[in-house]
Amino acid sequence: MVKCIDLHKSYGQTIALQGVSFEVNAGEIFGIIGPDGAGKTTLFRILTTLILANQGSATVNGFDVVKDYREIRKCVGYMPGRFSLYQDLTVEENLEFFATVFNTTVEENYELIKDIYQQIEPFKKRRAGKLSGGMKQKLALSCALIHKPTVLFLDEPTTGVDPVSRKEFWGMLKKLKAQGITILVSTPYMDEASLCDRIALIQKGKFLSIDTPLNIVNQYKNQLWAVRSMNMSKLLNDLRSNKSFENCFAFGDSHHVSIENKKLEIKTLEEYLLKCGHTDIEITEIQPTIEDCFMEISKDTTL
Amino acid sequence: MDNVITATNLTKQFGHFTAVDQISFEVERGEIFGFLGANGAGKTTAMRMLCGLSKPTSGIGTVAGFDIHTQTEKVKKNIGYMSQKFSLYDDLKVWENIELFGGIYGMNDQDIKVKTDKLMYELNFEKERNMLVASLPLGFKQKLAFSVAIFHQPQVVFLDEPTGGVDPVTRRMFWEMIYKAAENGITVFVTTHYMDEAEYCNRVSIMVDGRIEALDSPKNLKAHYSAKNMDEVFQKLARKSQRKE
Repeated sequence: MVKCIDLHKSYGQTIALQGVSFEVNAGEIFGIIGPDGAGKTTLFRILTTLILANQGSATVNGFDVVKDYREIRKCVGYMPGRFSLYQDLTVEENLEFFATVFNTTVEENYELIKDIYQQIEPFKKRRAGKLSGGMKQKLALSCALIHKPTVLFLDEPTTGVDPVSRKEFWGMLKKLKAQGITILVSTPYMDEASLCDRIALIQKGKFLSIDTPLNIVNQYKNQLWAVRSMNMSKLLNDLRSNKSFENCFAFGDSHHVSIENKKLEIKTLEEYLLKCGHTDIEITEIQPTIEDCFMEISKDTTL
Repeated sequence: MDNVITATNLTKQFGHFTAVDQISFEVERGEIFGFLGANGAGKTTAMRMLCGLSKPTSGIGTVAGFDIHTQTEKVKKNIGYMSQKFSLYDDLKVWENIELFGGIYGMNDQDIKVKTDKLMYELNFEKERNMLVASLPLGFKQKLAFSVAIFHQPQVVFLDEPTGGVDPVTRRMFWEMIYKAAENGITVFVTTHYMDEAEYCNRVSIMVDGRIEALDSPKNLKAHYSAKNMDEVFQKLARKSQRKE
């Protein structure tokens, strides 16, 4: 459905993409996961024919992003990271505008957006600029869908959105997938990775890994322990100051210690922590999260 | 008890809409206090009142020992503020930003100079000192923004979604800076949408429809709501919302 070969893009001295290749299958939710500045938006802009790559090629729905840009624009939906609807048009006017631009009507494709649009329909006379964040997001998604695209590009749709609304949003994506729409979605939230069929981890313009979330987790090779004690702040310092356990980070209510290349006994750490004066020590071997994997894979490239 | 923030029945109405509805709580000196809630629950409005930027409709509050009705200028002088949306001036150099904010908070030139040198050394920023903030990577910007927010050694620092968008390692390094500030006696009042970060707070409040629906340590909240993590606690509480945006 989407195919990229060796995409490169620079803005002056700044390199945004350095050799990105991947394929997205029809009907897939493909997540592009990485921090701000990793190149996510640049990639989406190239694929939606808004900017040109310096090098490499890409096709969407079989159409070339350079030669066939007109065809691509007809069949993709794009929801940019920044709210880009007309603030001074009402909810209803925005939707009608986008339908008209694509030579269709709201009625013709109403079924597709019904679930999403109904939630904001009570406010259809309100200007888009006056909507809350959650409502803007739903309107933008409705407008991106109104011409029944085959591929949907969503650039950080959940950034700054609270956990409940994020969950809802992913529920909507699942329904769209069930209707056969291919979805490319970018996000800085690692916990959303597990909701995608396949993900690409991106950092500094490069894909670090492309696979299913499960395979990425399975490829994690280190030993990983969750460690707790009464004094979590001292615990982090004590772990860091020991060569064997220095690769450790706070993860919610515990610290994750990853140990490379060698088998260590939990007992060894426990004894060390007792010596440091910790009490209520809990150490458990755990399965990595996508975030653990990202941190491990990106280790050489992070600041 | 040494409270840096107190709020009693703090309320803000916009016309018929009650954005913040009689919230009461205290934050102790040196505490990391997480202020959570769904979009539109009233967090920003509450925070603006505590920062002396918005007058409460009713209720009372003190921040850093000053009344948020009558002593707003003193409140502003004794707090620091940082958000993801605004923190530093992109078109000023690193040292210029520090000097500007130090000056605004009434520090003298000598203090600013000495502390700037110290800060540049601590952050390992000597190379970046003369660079425009616009040219810094996001992670650097956030570290600098936080350092600038506490540069005048305020009693309390308000952080409004400070960590959005950075990579996981940088996000964690940022929290280690927060810990250090708290250990140095600066009270931290923080909002976030990352539920793992809620776990790093000493206590957490969760706002639903303008009211504080729960307030306790993450450990007690999880036990009380039989949840395995803070995300579950949040989902259980925030889903009660009746507010129709």
